[in-house]
Amino acid sequence: MNTQLLADLTVFVLSLLLGFEVIGRVPTTLHTPLMSAANSVHGIVLAGALIIALTADGVLGYTLVFVTSAFAAMNVVGGYVVTDRMLEMFRPREGRR
Amino acid sequence: MSAFDIAIRLVYLAVATSFVLGLHLMNSPVTARRGNLLSGGAMAVAVAATAAMLVHEGGVRPWAWIALLAGAALGSGAGLMLARRVPMTAMPQLVSLFNAVGGGAAALIGVHDFGQHGASLPVVLDVLIGGVTFSGSLIASGKLHGLVPGRPVVLPGGRAVTALLAAAMAVASGLLLAGHGGVVALAALAVAALGFGVTMVTPIGGADMPVVISLLNAFTGTAVAMAGFALGNSVLITAGALVGASGAILTKLMAEAMNRPIGAIVAGGFGTGDSAGDQVPGQGSVRTLSADDAAIQLAYASKVVVIPGYGLAAAQAQHQLRELAELLESRGAEVSYAVHPVAGRMPGHMNVLLAEAGVPYEQLADMEDANAAMPQTDVALVVGANDVVNPAARRPGTAVSGMPIVDADKARSVIVIKRSMGHGYAGIDNELYTAPTTGMYFADAKKALAEITAAVKVLVA
Repeated sequence: MNTQLLADLTVFVLSLLLGFEVIGRVPTTLHTPLMSAANSVHGIVLAGALIIALTADGVLGYTLVFVTSAFAAMNVVGGYVVTDRMLEMFRPREGRR
Repeated sequence: MSAFDIAIRLVYLAVATSFVLGLHLMNSPVTARRGNLLSGGAMAVAVAATAAMLVHEGGVRPWAWIALLAGAALGSGAGLMLARRVPMTAMPQLVSLFNAVGGGAAALIGVHDFGQHGASLPVVLDVLIGGVTFSGSLIASGKLHGLVPGRPVVLPGGRAVTALLAAAMAVASGLLLAGHGGVVALAALAVAALGFGVTMVTPIGGADMPVVISLLNAFTGTAVAMAGFALGNSVLITAGALVGASGAILTKLMAEAMNRPIGAIVAGGFGTGDSAGDQVPGQGSVRTLSADDAAIQLAYASKVVVIPGYGLAAAQAQHQLRELAELLESRGAEVSYAVHPVAGRMPGHMNVLLAEAGVPYEQLADMEDANAAMPQTDVALVVGANDVVNPAARRPGTAVSGMPIVDADKARSVIVIKRSMGHGYAGIDNELYTAPTTGMYFADAKKALAEITAAVKVLVA
């Protein structure tokens, strides 16, 4: 095991713990938007699609990059927009009563 | 490390922090939208920083740039269009679709990395998990959208096939990690994973689907983290782990709200899916109400609790409901909404619909509070809800036993709006419908609410 891998592993474990903690007190009313929000966050895979372009070569390689970036972009853009759409409806009561 | 590399790493750190803060802000409806915007902004920064790194490093071939940009444009366009146009009732299947492609992207990264560096544990896990969630989430999406039968489809020998596929995945993984097998083993792994996703999700009934989607969401996060390990990219590892962990907890919370153990949900074979228009006669007699009967009860009630269910969503009747509620409130009644955690198709589904109709979220009571006040409630108005108000849940031995329910039967009077005596997901008769204080109003929710509202107006005019 080299230093880099150990560092990556540390970050991984700590991130898992953070993930567990952060979700603790979400009210049921926000479960669906939260699921959508978490879905958007794994759209970070788009950064991964960019990185593989660095070493992409040949028709197969380029096709792979194309499909990967299309999938990833759909996840991330669609995810954030649909989450926002759900959340914009949680507005406090307007007007008097 | 060059100054540029350091800058990128620091940017990634800020991005990861923002993701955590963004998720944290989702704890309250007041700050939730802000949290999502923060997360989205961080995402944009992460992508920009990575693009800068690409340019800085150089060596990306022109065709690779074209493939990248064209793919990103196509995906963004499709995602944007779907997210904007799809109606709220189709939200769950859309989230599942986005989850599918996210998992697919992660798996493809694993495939690419295999081509560059051969097999490794992260690559194998990436392809495996990504493949399962890709096909599994597509099936889940199809089931909710009605493209695939919503009911649990248990094929003869289905369990055996699933077990076989799992074994195939294990064997292929083993071969790859030991350094043998090459592309063939990787292909076998990918195909087995895709197959496993299908056989895993197909036997699961529509009612359990939200829990499964949440689980698959967590899986995709994990696959993305594995891709991060393979590429040595910290932001993928962090974000992936965040989603994997938070997704896992959310899945557990959702399963608890349904009082169904996760193992039973995943094993599948439960319930009847969406039995729309199932004309099943109930045991015992039911009292049928006319619009005027219902109007009299509601017009003179001082406390009304509305219990919404999937029928409300299916009929898109949330605006009619709000109109009726406001009419009753103008007569001095106190109207609140008792939302069961799993009413509708997904936890929070009813809340989203009611919010869309302009119902202020302060009027949405959670189940415990609503139940405590139920004996003082004059009318419990059940709109398209079934299993969540079935008193059979209080006894052991039924399909809904143990599930916490909304105590509609404890109200002084109950009005149930439903198209027919058809069963809900659990596939059993609802004892509330034949209770002495219950009146049934057989109509589509939208029509029913419109008729009742008109009748109330006539009455009080």
